[in-house]
Amino acid sequence: MLAQQLVNALSLGSVYALFALGFTLIFGVLGVINLAHGAVFMVGAYAALQAVVLAGLPIWAALIVAFLVSGLFGLVIDILVLSPLRKRHAPHLIPMIATIGVAIVLNSAVQGIFGADNLRFPPGVVPDEAIEAGGLHITAVEIGIILLTFAIMVLLLLGLRRTSIGKALRAVAESPKAAALLGIDVEGLLRKTSFLAAALGGAAGVMISLYSNAVYPLMGQPMLHKGIAVIILGGMGDIRGALIGGLFLGFAEVFAVAYIGSTMRDAVAFGLLFLILLVRPTGLFGKASERKA
Amino acid sequence: MDAFLLWFDEFWAVYSNLILTLGINALLALSIWLTLACGLLALANAAFMGIGAYAGALATMNYDSPFALSLVVAMAAPSLVALAIGVPVLRLGGVYLAMATLGFGEVVRVVILNTESITGGALGLNGIPQQTQWWHVALALAIVVFMLARLHRSKTGRAFEAIKVDETAAGLMGIDLRAHKLLAFVLGAAIAGLAGALNAHLTFFIGPQEYGFDRGVEILTMAILGGIGSLIGPVIGAFFLTLLPELLRGLADFRLIVNGLILVSVVLFLPNGLWDPARIRNWFGARR
Amino acid sequence: MLELASISKSFGGLKVLDHVSLKVPQGAIFGLIGPNGAGKTTVFNLITGLIPPTSGTITFDGTDLAGLAPHRITRLGIARTFQNIRIFNEMSLLENVLVGRHRHINYGVAEMLFSLPRYRAQEEAARARALELLGWVGLAGKAGEIADTLSYGEQRRLEIARALATEPRLLLLDEPVAGMNPAEKTELMSAVRAINARGYTIFLIEHDMRFVMGLCERVAVLNFGRIITCDKPEAVRNNHDVIEAYLGRDDEADTRETA
Repeated sequence: MLAQQLVNALSLGSVYALFALGFTLIFGVLGVINLAHGAVFMVGAYAALQAVVLAGLPIWAALIVAFLVSGLFGLVIDILVLSPLRKRHAPHLIPMIATIGVAIVLNSAVQGIFGADNLRFPPGVVPDEAIEAGGLHITAVEIGIILLTFAIMVLLLLGLRRTSIGKALRAVAESPKAAALLGIDVEGLLRKTSFLAAALGGAAGVMISLYSNAVYPLMGQPMLHKGIAVIILGGMGDIRGALIGGLFLGFAEVFAVAYIGSTMRDAVAFGLLFLILLVRPTGLFGKASERKA
Repeated sequence: MDAFLLWFDEFWAVYSNLILTLGINALLALSIWLTLACGLLALANAAFMGIGAYAGALATMNYDSPFALSLVVAMAAPSLVALAIGVPVLRLGGVYLAMATLGFGEVVRVVILNTESITGGALGLNGIPQQTQWWHVALALAIVVFMLARLHRSKTGRAFEAIKVDETAAGLMGIDLRAHKLLAFVLGAAIAGLAGALNAHLTFFIGPQEYGFDRGVEILTMAILGGIGSLIGPVIGAFFLTLLPELLRGLADFRLIVNGLILVSVVLFLPNGLWDPARIRNWFGARR
Repeated sequence: MLELASISKSFGGLKVLDHVSLKVPQGAIFGLIGPNGAGKTTVFNLITGLIPPTSGTITFDGTDLAGLAPHRITRLGIARTFQNIRIFNEMSLLENVLVGRHRHINYGVAEMLFSLPRYRAQEEAARARALELLGWVGLAGKAGEIADTLSYGEQRRLEIARALATEPRLLLLDEPVAGMNPAEKTELMSAVRAINARGYTIFLIEHDMRFVMGLCERVAVLNFGRIITCDKPEAVRNNHDVIEAYLGRDDEADTRETA
C-alpha cells in the first residue's frame, strides 16, 4: 500500500515538476510570472494529439513534435510580447498581464478550432501493459513520466553547469546588466530560454494528457495554480527547487488523499504552502536572495 | 416623458446588472490600486473580495444582520486577515510578493472549499437576499473615490508614493515602511471586501471559484490597464474590461480572441495605461 | 554627539570596517576621507541603520542605535544624502521636501478627509517650511518643477533640502560635491557653512580635498577599513600615513564601495 502510494506520488510529482520547470525558468531568468505557460502546455498536448491522430506518428515522435511546436509558440510570444516590454523596462507585473492576454488568445483559439470537448489519445498509443510486482502497479505512462522528468532535470542541470550557454544563462539570471557587460548576447539567450521553457511546458502537457487521458482547452489553468505552489514550495526561480517542490506537492497530495480523505487533497498542499509563506516566504529551499526591482 | 420612462425601464431591466457590476469592478480596481500606489505587487484582492463576500452573506443569512452591518462585517473580516498575513508576507518584494499573494489566494479558495458546514463548500452559498440597490454601489464608489483622493493628497499619500519610488530613501525620511505598507494592504482588503459583499447581495449566489486566481488577475488587469498614475485610471480600466466582452458580443466565437488581443495591445502600446494624463496633454499639443 | 565605538563590519568573509572609532562633536563640520573602497559609505549605512554592524556600538546623544529601523534613527535626528542621488524623480521639488516633513505634519483621519482647519494649517506650515529649506540650497525658484528635470548639482542640493526637512540635528552628506563644477562646489561650500551656522552638526564624506580641507574642523581618514588618523585638516594633510595611503593607493578596490 505504502509502496504504491510512493509510486503514485512520484509520478504525479514528476508531472508537476516538469510543468514547473519551464515556469520557474522564465521566472528565474526573465523575472516574469508567465501566465501563458499553462496555455503553451495545452498547445503541446494538442500538437501531440494531432501528430498521433492526423499523421499517425508514434508517441515518442509526437512528443518531439509537441516539444518543438510549444517551443516555437514560446519563441513567438517572446519576440512579439516579452521582448518589446523588456526593451522599455516595463515594471514587473506588466509582462505578466500581457501573458494573460496571450493565454486568453491561445485558449480561445484552440477552443474555436478543436471545440471545448475533452479529447483523448486513441487507445494503444502508449503500451497498456503495466508492471505488477509485489502488489505494485506501475503503468508504462508512469514509468515514462518519471524517467523523462529525471532525464530532463539531469540534462538541464548538467547543461547549466557545464556548457557555456548554461554559464551565460546563470550570469543573466544573476544580473542581466553585468552579463551584457561581459559580452553575453542577453537578448538571444532570453529568447532561447523562452523557447526551452515553453518546449518543456509542451512536453509536460503531453505527459499529463497521457496520464489523465484528457486533452481540453483549459487544461493549463489548474496546472498554473500548481505551478505557483511548486515554485513557492521549492524556492522561487530555482531549478532544483522546481523538482523538489513538484515532488513535494505530489507527495503531499497523494498522501493527503490516502490518509486523510480525498477532499483534503488541495487543503493539505495549500495549507503547507500557507505555512511556508508565513514562516519562510522565499520557499522551503530557496535562498533568501532577492531579485532587484 | 412616458416613452422615455418606458425605454428606461426596459434598458434598466436588461442592463442593471451590468451597470452595477461596473461599479463593483471599479471598487475592486481601486482596492488593488492602493497597494500598487505603494509599490506593492500584491495579488490577494480576489481572496479578500471572497472573504468579504462570504462574511457579509453569512452575516445576512445566518444572523439576520441589517445590510449596513453586513457590509461592515464584510470590510472588517478581510482587513483582519490582511493584518495577520501582511506582517510576514509584506517582507517580500517585487514579483516574490506577487507570487506569495497568489499562493495565499489559492489557500483561501481551498479553505472555503473545505469548510462545507459554513460556506457550503464547492456548492457555494445560495439564496443570498438581493439587497444591493444601484445607489448602494454608487454611494460606495463615491465614498471610496473621495476618501482615496483625499488620502492621495495627504502626507500618507506622499509617503506611499515615496515608498513606491525608493523604499530606502523613504525610510530615511522617517516614514515607517512596514506600517504604511500594512495600511495600504489592509485598506485595500477592506475595499475589496466591500465590493465582495455588494456583489454577493446582488448575484443571489456565490461560490469559491469566483474568487480564485482568474479573478485576482482580472482585478490587477483592470487597474494596470486603466493606468495607476491616478485614481481615474483604475475606474476607467474597470469599465473598459467589464464592457469589452459586451461590446464584442457581435463577434460571437472570436470574442475572446479579440479580447485577448486588445489586452496585449494595450499593454504593448500604451505603457502607462488607458488614462495617461501626460499622453492626453500631448495629443492636444499642450506642453508642460 | 555621535559616537562610533569599535565598529566592525564584514560582508561575507570580507572585512570592510575594522574597529572603527569616531566621535563627531556637537556643532562641528566633521569630514571623513579615504581612498575609494575604504568603507566610507558603509559607515553612513551603519549609522542610518540600513545595515547592522558585525560588532561595536553606535550612540547618538547617548542613545544606542543598535537594532533601530532606519525611520527610527531618522526620528532621533539623523538625516543623510546619498552618493548616488536618490531623489523621488517624478515628484516636484516641493513634494520631495514635503516627504521629508512627514513626521512633522500632524493631523487625524477626519481632519484629512474633510480638509478641516488643522489639516490646512499643518499642510500650509509644512509647505512654508519646505519652501524655506529649498531657499537655503538656492532652489526655491524651482519648487514646482519635476525633480527629474534638475541638473546633477541641483539634485544633490535638493537631497540636502529634503534631508533637512526631517529636522535633523546631525546631517550626513555622502560626497555632496561629486559631479559638480568648481562654481557649484564653491556655492555649495558656502551653503553647507550657512547650514552649519544655523546649528546643524555636519558629518561629510568627500573626495574633493579642497572642499574637505576648506570646510571641516576635524577630518578622519579611513584606509582599508581602519581609521589611520583623526585631526585638524592641516595636521591630516601633513600626516605621513595619510600621504602614504593616497599615494600607495590601490585602484582595484575602486568598485567595491556602493551605497
